Amino acid sequence: MSDIEIIKTEIEAQIASAQEIKALDDVRVGALGKKGRITELLKTLGGMPVEERIEFGKKINVIKAELEAKIAAKKQELETKLLNEKLKSEVIDVTLPCRPEVQGRIHPVSKVYEELVAIFAEMGFEVAEGPDIEDQFHNFNALNTPPNHPARQMQDTFYINNDVSKEFDLDNAYVVRTQTSSVQIRTMEKKQPPIRIIAPGRTYRSDYDATHTPMFHQIEGLVVDKTTTLAHLKGCLYDVMKAFFEVDELPVRFRPSYFPFTEPSAEMDIGCLKTKTELKIGAGTDWLEILGCGMVHPNVLRSCGIAPEEYQGFAFGMGMDRLAMLKYGIPDLRTFFESDVRWLKNYGFTALDFSSMTSGLSNNGGLAR
Amino acid sequence: MKFTLSWLKEHLDTTASVDEIVETLTRIGLEVEEVINPAAALEGFNTAKIETVEMHPDSDHLHILRVNTGKETLQVVCGAPNVHEGLIGIYAPTGALIPCYGERLKVAKIRGVESMGMMCSEKELMVGDDHSGIIELPADTAIGVPAAEILNIDPVIEVSITPNRAECLGVRGIARDLAAAGLGTLKPLNIKEIKGTFKSPILVNVMCKDACPTYTARYIKGVNNKAETPKWMKDRLTAIGLRPISALVDITNYINYDLARPLHVFDADKLVGNVTVRMAENGEEFVALNEKSYVLDDKSLGICDDEGVQCLGGIMGGLSKGSFEDTTNVLLECALFNPVCIARTGRKLQLDSDSRARYERWVDPMSNISGNNYATQMILDICGGEASEIEVAGEEKFEAKPVQLRMAKMKSFVGMEIEQEKCAAILRNLGFTVSESEGVITAVSPSWRGDIECEQDLIEEVVRMVGLDNIPAVSMKTADFPKPVLTTLQNNVMMVKHELAMRGMYETVTFSFTDSAIAKYFRRGHQPVDIQNPIINELDEMRPSLLPNLLIGAKNNIARGYTNLAIFEVAPEFFGRTPGEQQTAASGILVGKTSKKDWSGTSRSYDVFDAKAAALAAIGAVKGPIEAPQITTDAPQYYHPGRSGAIRLGRNVLAYFGELHPAVLKALDIKTNVMAFEVFLENIPAPRDGKSKAKKKLELSTLQTVEKDLAFVCDKNVPSINIVTAAKTADRENITDVRIFDVYEGENLAQDKKSIAITVTFQPKEKSYTDAELETLMNKVIFEVGKKTGAALR
Repeated sequence: MSDIEIIKTEIEAQIASAQEIKALDDVRVGALGKKGRITELLKTLGGMPVEERIEFGKKINVIKAELEAKIAAKKQELETKLLNEKLKSEVIDVTLPCRPEVQGRIHPVSKVYEELVAIFAEMGFEVAEGPDIEDQFHNFNALNTPPNHPARQMQDTFYINNDVSKEFDLDNAYVVRTQTSSVQIRTMEKKQPPIRIIAPGRTYRSDYDATHTPMFHQIEGLVVDKTTTLAHLKGCLYDVMKAFFEVDELPVRFRPSYFPFTEPSAEMDIGCLKTKTELKIGAGTDWLEILGCGMVHPNVLRSCGIAPEEYQGFAFGMGMDRLAMLKYGIPDLRTFFESDVRWLKNYGFTALDFSSMTSGLSNNGGLAR
Repeated sequence: MKFTLSWLKEHLDTTASVDEIVETLTRIGLEVEEVINPAAALEGFNTAKIETVEMHPDSDHLHILRVNTGKETLQVVCGAPNVHEGLIGIYAPTGALIPCYGERLKVAKIRGVESMGMMCSEKELMVGDDHSGIIELPADTAIGVPAAEILNIDPVIEVSITPNRAECLGVRGIARDLAAAGLGTLKPLNIKEIKGTFKSPILVNVMCKDACPTYTARYIKGVNNKAETPKWMKDRLTAIGLRPISALVDITNYINYDLARPLHVFDADKLVGNVTVRMAENGEEFVALNEKSYVLDDKSLGICDDEGVQCLGGIMGGLSKGSFEDTTNVLLECALFNPVCIARTGRKLQLDSDSRARYERWVDPMSNISGNNYATQMILDICGGEASEIEVAGEEKFEAKPVQLRMAKMKSFVGMEIEQEKCAAILRNLGFTVSESEGVITAVSPSWRGDIECEQDLIEEVVRMVGLDNIPAVSMKTADFPKPVLTTLQNNVMMVKHELAMRGMYETVTFSFTDSAIAKYFRRGHQPVDIQNPIINELDEMRPSLLPNLLIGAKNNIARGYTNLAIFEVAPEFFGRTPGEQQTAASGILVGKTSKKDWSGTSRSYDVFDAKAAALAAIGAVKGPIEAPQITTDAPQYYHPGRSGAIRLGRNVLAYFGELHPAVLKALDIKTNVMAFEVFLENIPAPRDGKSKAKKKLELSTLQTVEKDLAFVCDKNVPSINIVTAAKTADRENITDVRIFDVYEGENLAQDKKSIAITVTFQPKEKSYTDAELETLMNKVIFEVGKKTGAALR
């Protein structure tokens, strides 16, 4: 073996035994650096005869290339090893939970409001509003319910003294509205037919048990024009209920009833299936009262300056909390108003659960975390 | 209104089943609330005969019976005292559900003797009250027959009567409606005129014909009020929840429910002088049968003797002159009173009665004399005695206004054609007097109906008999394209709710009233809006702010162990008692920490800046001016004076935010800090370019921005926003942003000084800044900040 072969073998052994990049670098400098053994050999080429120089030169350049490749390979090997060791030291417990995030909720009554607005908007109903504290004219008298009308007994009314400087006067006192029907009157006072409105809002009656709270939410509807009939009333409410409950089939029943401000008056029942554990809206063996409605009484139109011989229409009112209870399976009305965060989290809706007739009324809080 | 099946059949000749009757009642507008039919619970119970009776070897009251059920003979142990051989009673086999106990009967050993079933008492089957022994049926009763067929079972039906159908507060009215609906025939009511054998010693004088158009009275002498009320009458009264009291009271109650005909009976011996029907005097006192005392006014109608008001006309009798067990001479009243007068007095005195319920709706004005005759006959039949001639003050009259029903209107109103012939027949069946011409029916209402005033009333009668379910359902015609339907405020309410929910808060809904003891801290200088008749003391004021109810909610959550809360409400609050004195607030509270403690250390306590951020986010959500508003430190007194602020545009307050005042929280017994915000949606101005959907053109510079930090020292009381504003206005062309990145007080600074460090962002327009230009700009900032705030470069 020539000297050069021996040098090569020695360097190769050094490369192989290098355990760190630094050591390998030392080997590289020792072999290929400015004063390295191979470099030194190359320096001797200049003093050689031409033929020998060519031959030796070739040989030594081959060896140099081989060593360079080996060093590079070894470097790669050592770097990989180093990286693997680093990665090993960087292990974390990925089963740890994520950082806390917050996700708010929309109350079921707001959700039902948005759903009903979406449905009625398709039929051209605008949304009207009125004050919560009302005078008796708007809450009763104009709705064909004069002071001594027996229908006033149907609702336990909260009163507010209209003049604190005087003794309470029942006949002139304000009331906290017992029904959103007062908004009908306020709308008709301002606007001539054709009228199509819904009036959602807070209503108040002095009643407190599992199915009654002193405040609840109603949505009132009013249509007044020259052509709307009792048949339209039935059609409209059927369409609305079917859309609202998002069911394919919804049996409905209309029963004659009485409200002072409509004539004829009716109550609407929807079909359901009651079992011990749940209430399913749709086809079933039971009926569930859902709303009151009727054709607007001519006296009501008259009290708003609308001629009943020329105009007619219908009105209806339903409980929004009750609709929420039925659609979303909420058992107790009182819990709606208790601000219990466990309840709000469970029955509330995420902020992204928007209501639209085209993309769906509800995702049922599908994104809720 | 309750009645029993047998009672109904007293007036209605029908073969219809209970189910058919119930279904029809609801269909014609007499909504059935409940049906109690004890027969439904008696399946498996049959008649059986006791063959032999032996004493139980280990008991002095138990017997061992051999009972023949018609199929087999079984051994039954029985404790009833009335057992005897040959008794036919009701046998319950093992496995039967005993209605009274709600448990199934098991094979049992009673003191060592096996018993296979049970002989039942009335009470055990819930068909009566008798529990003194087992039921004993007539000796010729067949064996093995279902109990429901043999026992005299009378189902009870409860209907809800709407205020317009006063006549259906009597069973006869309900029967008449069912007959009109084709469910049988109304039986005639035979009332004989009773002549009387003497003239009433008590005369009647009606002083106010408006309040009392007709008053009839009859003196009946020698009645026996200790007489037993007949069983059938007691049974019916008991079935509808009325306790039998005495024969005279039972008779008046019965007729009230039978014919919707209120009556009153005075003890004639207690009356002093004649009867005068007059308006009470202001301040006149009256003690009613319910033993309560009432102070009357001159709009209350009194039935009086020489000693004063003895009966509050049409509402309730008096305690002192009513009939009792030893009453022998009576004065029977059957009168008509003005509904408005009755309703007013009842409402004013808050006095309810069965009688008032009928009078304030409608009592048949033609039923006073006939009602008097009917009641007199019943009293004579049950209590004996001798009747006087009837005393009648005023006259009976009923003049209903004829109402027209036009067939064209019928069609355009209902949306369906109903033949004239059919409409006329329906109205006739309901008792209307009908005359017809081409396309028009003229109907005169019967005297028992007081609710028919206009064409729509007749349409309703026809529609309810035709059946609402037979009217077609027609979808509404709508415009080709739906249009936006929400007002700006309505939209804003929705946007704010979603924005705050997006930020992680829970929306809640609470009552519009609150506890005045808490509300008093939140009135912002307004007078309280108190409710005259609150349902409970803790809900006695229309809330001046949403915060009290939110805080009560927080307190309850904390008590349940939920101490980290972020809840809000968007709703009205009230600053006056007049309609319209309310505003829409979006208010929230933040309590405890942003999250429960966790390994990442993310959780921190909520602070004032969380409340401020929520308020600004709400304002931003409705396109409010979140860049421009001023922040002032004059929030209402229920906030911490040094940790709260107002967001305003001049005098217009858009929002308050801050930490709540510890004294207020203490009053509420809340032991933790609470951050709150209140945004007043109506106060937020609409954006100036509200209608325009297009955004301003975006100018993007290609030149790099330059950020420079500057630290200032100023007096502690200088609001930091003043430094920011001053820096921003130093050169509006070049300065695009100013941010505070450090606030420092303490060492190296004087006691009354603080240091505020800001980063100013400069945006070159045409070419990058030279060092000299930048130097000039920085000096402008330093100068401007110094001039506006007195701050010096640190």
